Amino acid sequence: MNPLLHRALALFLPPLVLFALVVIAWNGAVVYWELPPYLVPTPVAVLNVAKENRAALWSGALLTGKAALLGLLASLVVGILIAFVFSQSRLIQRAGYPYAIFLQTVPIVAIAPLIILWFGHGFQSIVIISFIVSLFPIITNTTTGLTTLDPNMVELFEVNNATRLQRLLKLQLPGAVPYIVAGARISSGLSVIGVIVGEFFAGFGGNKFGLGYLIYFANATLKTSYLFAAVISSTLLGLAMFALITGIGNLLTLRWRGTR
Amino acid sequence: MSFPPDSARQTSVTLEQVSLRFDRGVEALHDLNLRVGDGEFLSVVGPSGCGKSTMLRLVAGLLRPTSGSVHIGGDTKLAGRQTRRDISFVFQQPTLLPWRSVEKNVRLPLELRGRVGDEGRRRVAEVIDLVGLRDFARFYPAQLSGGMQMRVSLARALVTRPSLLILDEPFAALDDITRQRLNEELLALWGRDRFTAIFVTHNVSEAVFLSQRVVVMSARPGRVLAEVPVPFSFPRNAELRAEPDFARLTGDVSRTLRESFR
Ligand SMILES: Nc1ncnc2c1ncn2[C@@H]1O[C@H](COP(=O)(O)OP(=O)(O)O)[C@@H](O)[C@H]1O
Ligand SMILES: [Mg+2]
Repeated sequence: MNPLLHRALALFLPPLVLFALVVIAWNGAVVYWELPPYLVPTPVAVLNVAKENRAALWSGALLTGKAALLGLLASLVVGILIAFVFSQSRLIQRAGYPYAIFLQTVPIVAIAPLIILWFGHGFQSIVIISFIVSLFPIITNTTTGLTTLDPNMVELFEVNNATRLQRLLKLQLPGAVPYIVAGARISSGLSVIGVIVGEFFAGFGGNKFGLGYLIYFANATLKTSYLFAAVISSTLLGLAMFALITGIGNLLTLRWRGTR
Repeated sequence: MSFPPDSARQTSVTLEQVSLRFDRGVEALHDLNLRVGDGEFLSVVGPSGCGKSTMLRLVAGLLRPTSGSVHIGGDTKLAGRQTRRDISFVFQQPTLLPWRSVEKNVRLPLELRGRVGDEGRRRVAEVIDLVGLRDFARFYPAQLSGGMQMRVSLARALVTRPSLLILDEPFAALDDITRQRLNEELLALWGRDRFTAIFVTHNVSEAVFLSQRVVVMSARPGRVLAEVPVPFSFPRNAELRAEPDFARLTGDVSRTLRESFR
């Protein structure tokens, strides 16, 4: 068999089989316990609703995806800068770290309304919320990457009288790339969650609605099939984000992992 | 610009009454006296943990002695920024940057000195050639064997034409055949450029094969227990290892080394 096809099958077949099993079990459960559709709709009903509303779901996914990408991008830029400052001194790192942890522990649903109060009901607030939840893994991973140094490598730079800047540019930053990529992979999922939470509270950007607003709306109006369709769409969006960032990351770190 | 003018090639190393105590109270070296002549090839053997690496770091100016003095090149100052430019260090691990090709790894010391002009490029190509990696200049470290990686590490150390080359068990992780071949290559490089070499190893045969003098250090805190001159003439080649005199001298050094374990 074609080795590429073989690898693709090995990668995608197991989760697809699992998916099929779950759908069958779900369908069986609805039929067996005679669950009312407003509680649990059948897979077929969800599929039908998804088909009927595919334009809204698609544009919702695009809008949510765009906001998540922007939030993730902002968290990369700001997170790498903060990590850079942290890596410059232990004291600064000790002073700043509790606040970085705050980013991770603060319940985002609690501060989302506050962000919207400050930045308005709109796209920018949603991006900011996504940015906040994506930031922490970038900061910690990049800080670890910048400060995890091979002692011999440091000595090599010292014997060659390297300046701090040379060490940063030629050793620390390139050395941190795989760590930044790992952080971005974690944050790729978080960024989508951030946007969905944001849209719960501020889902109207003009007359365009993101997936988070669709979830909120479907829930409020008890359109359970639509709710399922929107939730599944946002899961797929999260997967797509993860795949995208993983793909870019793999390309970026080819050399670090020892292949050209 | 030419790489260090010949007048700069005067490095010799003098350690006088050198003691070094680490912060946590470990005394690594105690009253160590050692002199390394211009262009000498010196090997150092000693029990593990006796302070060999510490001694090399002192010579390279990476550490300061707690007491005593380290002179480089007749200079009365401690080994410092200026003299360091003339020193290269080879570690036990190849210590290559994985994201840089062979060529760019070798170029690093020149980059750090702001000296990558046409002449720098020529020098990089030359040392890569010297270590026999001409066809691998664009390869990445992960694509090379351990022996080849160590050759890159050697080329990087030589690219600046150092007058003092410090090697800390550079071939310890390699298999025997590769180690012996690299010994011969290192000796050829030394014969060509006559840098001063301080070579730390666990392998007595390697120490005898390479050097003009073998220093045996005591268990920690390290000091010089014995100095054994190695009379074999240069150039040396692989056959030397089969000679009875070689075996006898290796035996002598091994015996002294065993005593140093107490
Ligand atoms: N940075 C350090 N801090 C404290 N102790 C150290 C440090 N570096 C080395 N030592 C100790 O000093 C002694 C000598 O170490 P080292 O010079 O590496 O020995 P060798 O290279 O001969 O095996 C060892 O006992 C080691 O544990
Ligand atoms: Mg050592």
